[in-house]
Amino acid sequence: MQGHSTYTPGTAFERWLDRRLPIVGLVHSSFVSFPTPKNLNYFWTFGAILSAMLVWQILTGIMLAMHYTPNDALAFASVEHIMRDVNYGWLLRYGHANGASMFFIAVYVHMFRGLYYGSYKEPREVLWLLGMIIFLLMMATGFMGYVLPWGQMSFWGATVITSLFGAIPVVGQSIVTWLWGGFSVGDPTLNRFFSLHYLLPFMIAGVVVLHVWALHVVGQNNPTGVEPKSTEDTVPFTPYATLKDIFATSVFFVFFAWFIFYIPNYLGDPDNYVEANRLATPAHIVPEWYFLPFYAILRSIPDKLGGVICMFGAIVMLFAVPWLDTSKVRSANYRPLYRWFFWILVIVAIGLGWLGAQEPKDWYVFISRLLTAYYFIHFLVILPLLGLIETPKPLPPSISEAVLAKTGQQAHA
Amino acid sequence: MNANSKRMVLLRQGLLAVGLLVLVMPAVAAAQEAATEGYLPTIVKQSWSFAGPFGKFDKAQLQRGYKVYKEVCANCHSMKFVAFRNLSDEGGPGFTEDQVKTLAAGYKVQDGPNDAGDMFDRPGKPSDHFPSPFANEKAARAANGGGLPPDMSVLAKARSDEKRFPQWLFNAVLQYQEYGPDYIYNLITSYGKEPPVGVTCPTGNYNPAFIGTTPCLAMPQPIQDGSVTYDDGTKPTIDNYARDVSAFLMWTAEPKLEERKETGLKVIIFLIVLASLLYFTKRRVWSNVAH
Ligand code: HEC
Ligand code: HEM
Repeated sequence: MQGHSTYTPGTAFERWLDRRLPIVGLVHSSFVSFPTPKNLNYFWTFGAILSAMLVWQILTGIMLAMHYTPNDALAFASVEHIMRDVNYGWLLRYGHANGASMFFIAVYVHMFRGLYYGSYKEPREVLWLLGMIIFLLMMATGFMGYVLPWGQMSFWGATVITSLFGAIPVVGQSIVTWLWGGFSVGDPTLNRFFSLHYLLPFMIAGVVVLHVWALHVVGQNNPTGVEPKSTEDTVPFTPYATLKDIFATSVFFVFFAWFIFYIPNYLGDPDNYVEANRLATPAHIVPEWYFLPFYAILRSIPDKLGGVICMFGAIVMLFAVPWLDTSKVRSANYRPLYRWFFWILVIVAIGLGWLGAQEPKDWYVFISRLLTAYYFIHFLVILPLLGLIETPKPLPPSISEAVLAKTGQQAHA
Repeated sequence: MNANSKRMVLLRQGLLAVGLLVLVMPAVAAAQEAATEGYLPTIVKQSWSFAGPFGKFDKAQLQRGYKVYKEVCANCHSMKFVAFRNLSDEGGPGFTEDQVKTLAAGYKVQDGPNDAGDMFDRPGKPSDHFPSPFANEKAARAANGGGLPPDMSVLAKARSDEKRFPQWLFNAVLQYQEYGPDYIYNLITSYGKEPPVGVTCPTGNYNPAFIGTTPCLAMPQPIQDGSVTYDDGTKPTIDNYARDVSAFLMWTAEPKLEERKETGLKVIIFLIVLASLLYFTKRRVWSNVAH
């Protein structure tokens, strides 16, 4: 899109079309001739993996919706109907349920990649913001999707999370009633969640288009964090990146297949095979694993409103990361201090995730508070300060020279 | 510092992070133990023919399990998502269609209303679902001292011993998905044990395998040695009944288990071959670029 298109319409039809809708040229410049830094590692394949997962979720989702019934008396039975009577229904359902988890594994790797290599820094701020919007939409979609099978965890998870809005002063309870479409989670809630769960992935797809557009305006970051200086530093997207992406995606699908075919219920909660029952509260209400760090933050705060603010704050804060990080150096490879804090953050996030699955008792609460505090301190204090006090390592003059230093060979693109 | 040593640094940091995690693991596990004061169920893992990537149901075992369900458990537990015709489905107990017809006809199923507007009973057909023993939840509770016997269609997927850290990590690699039948087997065979001092069940029956906040459940010991006659020479013991009915309930909960695992093997082999070919193609293409 940057005038680097080498596309010339060949046939008479292509020339005819190109003067009316230059779409072939657009695709060519975005996915064929698009210059890709030649030193990208496999963390850069997760964008492609995410795109594949989005397509997978939409396809399996549409087919599930052909057999699913969004009614509080029939939903649980219709899922069993899919599992038992629909041809390959078990594959659709297990594929979609585990697909959501794979989507989140991929997005977390993708985001931590961004945090490690400083991919959110100038000029990629908008790219990062669009990614965050996708992340928010994904969370909303995942949450509402989990309600659809109408098991005990669906019902009580929905009850706990929607009730959070009740913490808002004055209007809270009215908002909750409005969200529910009644005085508790029920048939109207299930219906609207189904409608939105069908809608949001297409909104995600729309924002992904913007995300990729923004990416192709500013170009990809790379492990050195040094912008490409010449055509020596890049290779054309096709065949180089295309092949690498397809290869990585197929490896990811081996991992995915392990879950679908051999441990399809591993990431699920057994309680969700018990039909929703408003009279029986499960002993232990736990959201899906990908919400657990945020759930731990919510529970670590003794005050309900405070907890809600911290939980949403923990996500919203990420929008500001491009401006919280004061370092001019992108890649953590050249930031001796930040590198350590990055890994501490990874461990803290995993720790919060683990705590989110435990009962909030005794010392769990204490550790949760500690880790929650650290999480905020990382972004609000450490990130801004590090840029001021850290002495970065010298950056390589260019990608090619970094590659040369590594391989010791003549680099040629 | 050149890029190679930078990669080493990255690797070392990653390893360090993992190392740290491994170090805290025992501490976490111990603390977890300490924090769960009170009752923990005792469930001993069993070996099952349907476990693992090549697992298959043992048809004779499913047929015996069906007999136990029909003669004992069905008196209290419904199984509403399972139809008689499923008993002759591929990957199931392997009854013939004729056997299923005869077997279904042995059940009374409510139908109607007829032209006069009345409900009536008729013999079951293969397309009917298993009839429920009680008319409604109230009736079921009234007959069971307030306890509600859960529907058995997916019961084998609906109970799991708490997934403890770090065990659940190994469960993913070892493909442990048999927690349901493990539990049902242990539950049925753990009646009649002496409760430890200080533990009493004011209501319900003592059972140290029961997953709950106390070891007391409303279900009395459902089966004794010899309660059901086996026709294939298998010993009529509680242990065999429990094992067979647990396998049968795994099948009712996961009737496509065999198809799933067979498909999985093909898909995974295909993906590995595909990934290998792509890997070599990718290497070939990149071979003229230093990167
Ligand atoms: C006399 C009626 C009766 C019979 C017969 C019976 N059950 Fe039950 N069962 C119950 C009741 C009542 C409960 C509910 C227990 C509770 O919630 O405390 C129950 C619960 C269960 C549970 C779930 C326990 C839990 O974790 O909630 C399992 C598993 C079970 N029964 C298996 C069996 C099997 C297998 C058989 C046949 C061998 C059987 N039952 C026969 C009455 C019965
Ligand atoms: C549906 C979810 C998403 C899809 C399909 C998607 C897709 C992509 C694709 C195809 C790329 C280019 C390839 C790559 O560099 O990995 C990319 C880059 C990027 N994405 Fe995403 N993305 C998603 C979500 C997110 C989220 C949630 C964030 C973080 C807030 C994010 C941040 C970024 C950034 C910063 C880049 C540029 C990376 C770089 O060049 O270094 N993305 N995305």
